[in-house]
Amino acid sequence: MNTRKFLSILTITGSILFMSCSNDDDNPKPVNEEELITKMSVSLVGGGQTINLVVVDKDGEEGPSKPEVTVSGKLKVNTQYSGSIELLNESKNPVDVISDEVKKEADEHQFFYVLASGLNITAAYADKESDYKKEDGTAFTSANPVGLKFLLTTTNAGTGTFRITLRHKPKKDAEGVVKGDITNAGGDTDIDQTFNITIE
Amino acid sequence: MKRYTWLAVFLLGINLLSAQECDHILSGRVIDFHDGVPLEGATITFNNRTIVTNATGRYYIEDLCATAYAFTISHEKCNSQVITLDVAKISSKDFYLEHHLNELSEVKVAGATTNKTTSAQEEAIDSDIIEKYSSGSLGDALKEITGVSSLNTGATIVKPVIQGLSGSRVLIMNNGVRMQDMEWGDEHAPNIDINTAGNVTVVKGASALRYGGDAIGGVIILEPIKAPVKDTLFGKTIATGGVNGRGGSISSELIKGYKNGWFFKAQGTIKRFGDVEAPDYVLSNTGVFEKGASLSFGVNKFTHGWDIYYSFFNNEIGVLAASHVGSIDDLINAINSQQPAIIRDFTYKIDNPKQEVTHHLGRLRYFKRFEELGKWSTQYDFQYNKRFEFDIRRTEALSKQASIDLELKTHTITSGFSFDSNPEFLWDVGAVLRYQNNFANPNTGVRRLIPDYDKHDVGIFITGEHDVTSSIIIDGGVRYDYNRMDAKKFYLKSRWEERKYESDFSDFIIEDFNTQWLTNPVFEYHNISATVGAQYTYKEDYEFRFNYAMAQRAPNPSELFSDGLHHSAARIELGDLGIDQETSHKISIVAKKETEKWGWEIAPYANLINDYILLEPVDVQLSIRGAFPVWEYRQTNVNILGLDAKLYTNWHHNWSTNHSFSIVKGKENKNNTSLITIPAPNFNNRITYKNKTWYGFNVSLENQYFFRQNEYPSNISVFSPQQEKDVLLEINTPPSAYNLLNADTSMEFSLGEKNKLKVGLAIKNIFNIKYRNYLNRQRYFADDMGRNFLLRLSINY
Repeated sequence: MNTRKFLSILTITGSILFMSCSNDDDNPKPVNEEELITKMSVSLVGGGQTINLVVVDKDGEEGPSKPEVTVSGKLKVNTQYSGSIELLNESKNPVDVISDEVKKEADEHQFFYVLASGLNITAAYADKESDYKKEDGTAFTSANPVGLKFLLTTTNAGTGTFRITLRHKPKKDAEGVVKGDITNAGGDTDIDQTFNITIE
Repeated sequence: MKRYTWLAVFLLGINLLSAQECDHILSGRVIDFHDGVPLEGATITFNNRTIVTNATGRYYIEDLCATAYAFTISHEKCNSQVITLDVAKISSKDFYLEHHLNELSEVKVAGATTNKTTSAQEEAIDSDIIEKYSSGSLGDALKEITGVSSLNTGATIVKPVIQGLSGSRVLIMNNGVRMQDMEWGDEHAPNIDINTAGNVTVVKGASALRYGGDAIGGVIILEPIKAPVKDTLFGKTIATGGVNGRGGSISSELIKGYKNGWFFKAQGTIKRFGDVEAPDYVLSNTGVFEKGASLSFGVNKFTHGWDIYYSFFNNEIGVLAASHVGSIDDLINAINSQQPAIIRDFTYKIDNPKQEVTHHLGRLRYFKRFEELGKWSTQYDFQYNKRFEFDIRRTEALSKQASIDLELKTHTITSGFSFDSNPEFLWDVGAVLRYQNNFANPNTGVRRLIPDYDKHDVGIFITGEHDVTSSIIIDGGVRYDYNRMDAKKFYLKSRWEERKYESDFSDFIIEDFNTQWLTNPVFEYHNISATVGAQYTYKEDYEFRFNYAMAQRAPNPSELFSDGLHHSAARIELGDLGIDQETSHKISIVAKKETEKWGWEIAPYANLINDYILLEPVDVQLSIRGAFPVWEYRQTNVNILGLDAKLYTNWHHNWSTNHSFSIVKGKENKNNTSLITIPAPNFNNRITYKNKTWYGFNVSLENQYFFRQNEYPSNISVFSPQQEKDVLLEINTPPSAYNLLNADTSMEFSLGEKNKLKVGLAIKNIFNIKYRNYLNRQRYFADDMGRNFLLRLSINY
């Protein structure tokens, strides 16, 4: 191949490539954020009342706005509350119920409840993995706790913090984990939220 | 071809028999093609007659018949040429021969490399050193060079740092192609198989303008082994096995050269390691699986040549499992506990978090030499870089999907002319056109960290070199680069407001997506770089170099657009649309002495950078998932001062010692605060015993002392949700000083006539010292690698 021919081919291919790639009229599409949890609502039913602990993080973990935390009322002394947790992604339409996904992977998730010692409250798991069904519709056979449902028992009056953590892939067989002790749980944090509660 | 020429000579000889009027003459000169120097004593042979040129290269041939003759023109050290001329039509002719042709036929497997600049600080590593790092990475091998350190993410992701600067400030030229492999990320290592290089040169600064104007840190130039212009076939296979990581690598290369300039080269590498181990525990999920191959062929003649080169690189790298932290409390706990949270049994399996990168590089090159003028070369190259980063995500199904999925395509046309006919004045001019497209796949289900963009670059440069006297060379150059960045990026409206973009950048908004804006930021940058310097040699042994380089670098996409949670780093990284280019002024000096017995080199430098772009931890951001540290890009004026020094002594023909020391200090001009991620000083000492007569036996013991970095920016105070109070996050505190001892030994054996087997054993970190390096991003979570034994076999054939 002679020089001139080679160069002209080079120039032509080069410019075709140069132009063909400059085609940028299409706008990108927004990402469908599949992992986002924008809202957690915890309802505590007992003593003839329902208390809602709600946290809303509109722009999620990526956004700068702080999560908005609301506690709908005060708890009563010496009362047993049955608690349940719902996780939502409200940035989607229709709203994505994330707690349903947690149920499908119940064996890989666990909630932990940490109550300030001054509160004198005890929390106990009220569900187990076998209460939930896997993606394929069959129920789990294991009996480790999940924590979407729990029991909260108050004694004395007081104020303090109630911290709820959801861990993904915790070591459920580590010491104390099935009892609700987060110390050895490991895994990844999906939710970590603290509520200020009052008991009177 | 040659056969036909001889046939022609024969036929023409017969032609001569039919005698005609034989009173024609032919005269002219024999000239060196390269620089136009007349060649004295060149011979012109035809029909058993030989004419020799005089002192001015002239020749004069009488009594020629009116017919065609085949003249064979020769000169010592030149390849002969056969030229057929019809004397009936021509009476004068200048013949060109090429002296420098010999250089083409040299087999240069190891040894000295030519300098890339005349006045800047530079240093090279040759194939012997590269061989030792065959199973390692480019970044590891480059640390053999004084003043080069690395920014690591574990032991396998190694980014070179030149005199304190890395990332987009370090330009990597791979076989004549500027690497475009997302160098903007701290955990993005160069996508290069070190085994493709025959030698690597590091220019410490922006003085090598032909490669780019934005190399504020420096340029790393990888050059392959050249195929010689002669009939030959040779190659090399290197196999390395390592105990730590329980893996190894094998790399093979084959080169075929022909006397007519044609050549073929093929090379391939495969490397696999499992989890590496620290002295006390397994560093879980730190395996690596790398594959590389390259192929090239072409014609390399003195007057012209072309070649086609293609290389493929794929690397799957595990990221330390314990380094995946969920929130600020996990990070605080990790820093306090000094023990990785996840320690599993050794495995080869690479799990999430991990990276998977692929790089394709194709190049087409052509060059032509013009007599008494110089060499023109032009090339087109294409690069395709694909990066996946997999993370631990909320569900199994999501974890199979990459969190980062980027595709970077780059087309570049480069053309340059090097005027080298007058050895006292060398000029280089050139231009580059580049188009780059980045595509961030939205199917990740995670907001894009780097947006889609189109980038256009245009650059032109001129550099010159002049020999003032036989001992003084001056050089200089100017370069202009234009960059245009056209991005399409989504911003959360809350982020847009928090960054206060609405006042300056509201024009960028093109569409409203409820909670976010789609914006179209377009930025243009005009960058000027210039350099001037001098080299002075004194009494043959001494060399002094002085260089001043000014360079401007436009911000990279990460500095401009980063926005959001970088899952692999568990931190929120925020770029800034207001970031402008940075400008560096660097003065560097080299003084060195080199003799057979001993030598030394002292190389101080000062790099003053205006609007230096840095990334630093500033705060934490609360979310439903917990609190995350926020790292923000910021610009400030800084000064970086440093010194690289070396000393070698050959005590005896068997014994030698080498010492090197490097220190760099970075300060912000304002309030004199220390810069973040500046490497700590280090001091290396090596003693070597060599005995060539005993199978090339070589043994060396090396001591590497890494000081503690005592100059670092202050830590930040953050709110810990777990402890319900503000705590000091010791994110900037450097680890302690440490001392490593390494040994290396090798021997060579001949296998038959041409083949050579080299066996080497290296022991790294002999005493299995526990240490952490300040420039390792995983220093918060785990100790660095423990002791390692590496056995390498290399066969040359």
